[in-house]
Amino acid sequence: MSTEYVRKHVAGRGIPVTGNDIDTDRIIPARFLKEVTFESMGEHAFEDAKKANPEHPFNQPVYKGASVLVVGQNFGCGSSREHAPQALMRWGIRAIVGGSYGEIFFGNCTMLGIPCLTISQADLEWLQKAVERSPKETVDVDVEKQQVRFGDKVIQARIPDGPRNQLVQGTWDSTAVLLEAGGAIEATAKKLPYVSGF
Amino acid sequence: MARTLLDKVWEAHTVRTLPSGQTQLLIGLHLIHEVTTPQAFQMLKDSKLKVRMPERTFATLDHIIPTTDQTRPYADPLAEEMAVHMIRNAKDFGVPLFDMATGRQGIVHVIGPELGLSQPGMTIACGDSHTSTHGAVGAIAFGIGTTQVRDVLATQCLAMAKPKLRQVRVDGALAQGVYAKDVILFIINQLGVKGGVGYAYEYAGSVIERMTMEERLTVCNMSIEGGARCGYVNPDQTTIDYMRGRPYVPQGAAFDNAAKWWRSMATETGAAFDDVAKLDGNAIEPVVTWGINPGMSVGVSQTIPSPDAQPEAERPTFREALAHMDFKAGQPIKGAKIDVAFVGSCTNGRLSDLRAAAEVAKKGKVAKHVRALIVPGSQQVEKAAEAEGLHEIFKAAGFEWRKAGCSMCLGMNPDQLVGREMSASSSNRNFIGRQGSPTGRTLLMSPAMVAAAAITGAVADVREILR
Ligand code: SF4
Repeated sequence: MSTEYVRKHVAGRGIPVTGNDIDTDRIIPARFLKEVTFESMGEHAFEDAKKANPEHPFNQPVYKGASVLVVGQNFGCGSSREHAPQALMRWGIRAIVGGSYGEIFFGNCTMLGIPCLTISQADLEWLQKAVERSPKETVDVDVEKQQVRFGDKVIQARIPDGPRNQLVQGTWDSTAVLLEAGGAIEATAKKLPYVSGF
Repeated sequence: MARTLLDKVWEAHTVRTLPSGQTQLLIGLHLIHEVTTPQAFQMLKDSKLKVRMPERTFATLDHIIPTTDQTRPYADPLAEEMAVHMIRNAKDFGVPLFDMATGRQGIVHVIGPELGLSQPGMTIACGDSHTSTHGAVGAIAFGIGTTQVRDVLATQCLAMAKPKLRQVRVDGALAQGVYAKDVILFIINQLGVKGGVGYAYEYAGSVIERMTMEERLTVCNMSIEGGARCGYVNPDQTTIDYMRGRPYVPQGAAFDNAAKWWRSMATETGAAFDDVAKLDGNAIEPVVTWGINPGMSVGVSQTIPSPDAQPEAERPTFREALAHMDFKAGQPIKGAKIDVAFVGSCTNGRLSDLRAAAEVAKKGKVAKHVRALIVPGSQQVEKAAEAEGLHEIFKAAGFEWRKAGCSMCLGMNPDQLVGREMSASSSNRNFIGRQGSPTGRTLLMSPAMVAAAAITGAVADVREILR
């Protein structure tokens, strides 16, 4: 497996989005579903929330370039749209740490190689404040050890075994798993008379 | 041990067994269209991947194209954008595209067999659930989702578990006025819309064996409506005669070798099935759906069933269906008034379907209150029908003669139901909202029955008109 897909460890600056039950409609409004590509999804991440609130973290220059999103409870609930994790990913998010997640959203994130780790309410409140205080500091998300490190604090985190193995082994991407077969694909094709010629 | 076509095709296309236990299955033919591919191509670009076997990939435009004025840009900017993406992606990735200028454009499930792209013994995938259609030529053909489209584009493979196999035998003789559409609607009614989940269907028995290829395509097309992800008919002389001379089929000595291999892929006598279902072809009359899934159907001489006669678990759906359709239990289906008649789709948009509808159209004129559309399944069907003068028969009877596309099958183009309109349709889905209006109503039936309803202004028994 190419190391490109391995997500043992994701580190980057943090961005806190506070509040619970932030649904996928908030992450990416439905009117953007008509688009034929996910290309512009990044620009529209939290579009309506950003308009309504100039102070929204996704509006603040200080968080530009952040890659670890720190959220509350039940993040990503609601519609199953794959556009929501796509929007976050294209904005630059590589890992999410929070209280809990909408189930489909969690699965969609895993399929994109974005680990979603769960931490306690007390820890997430602490981490959101700490990131606000030191936005330049690195949030270190250790998927394999199920830990989140910030400064010298180590926070115990959880991610279910199935998705953890897929992320750590780099097998979350079905295309990547299939590509691994390499030349065996062409070899199988060549044995077929309709490919090699009757 | 005697083996089935499914066994042989599966084995020949197995690349390896994946750690998950699934098979990495090579896909011999990948068909693509404008609706389910733009995001898949984007994912490919993002991962800097190429199309693994562009020579085994073919694209068309079908779902969104208008059937009246097809000059570009299309009136609907969203449709235009989807077309632009399909054209650009095909070009960027080196995938042949059957656009209007080729004369070979059409519904993906019509052009695959028509061009001889779909062949016996192949594995075929397409980002569209009615890919089961191609099983008629003796292929294993699956519908897939957008992420799987990316998998096939990038690797020419799918991760799949081998389905179980049910043989569906229809023996006997079909009465006059009973068509392939009636056979498959009857099968779905008998085995249930979820009956085929986890199975592939092998259609067999004297009724199926006697069918032409176009009839078999109609049957296999709706496998998915019975829950089966794929359905096939074993290759036989009918298959070989159908394949001969098609543009993508080998010629001369190579054809004879191909025919030999195709025959060798058929299920052997004595092969075991996980299940066998036997149906009596003599018992089938023209079928009409009255509800909101393709399994809710009755023979045209019958009355709409009562929810109370159903198993407890199904009663709520039956009640919902009656309420949506505005029907009453016990009411005869014959005589139900219609507003729209639609002949077309990947189920029934082929030449033989148009011939059957024209035969009935000759017997009258479209009723004053009915809007009637004939939409050929491909440019080639359109041309062949016009060569026979079918378009003149339709126009003389008051039907609109349109250009090829999916059209009112799903109403992603301007051909849509309006409000509560009731449509007699030769398509495959009667789901609420399917034909473009959230409150619209659909009655599925054969093309001949649609034409009969169009000239009667209400559901009619085509046998009485043809008599
Ligand atoms: S005709 Fe209908 S069912 Fe067939 S491919 Fe087009 S939209 Fe799908």
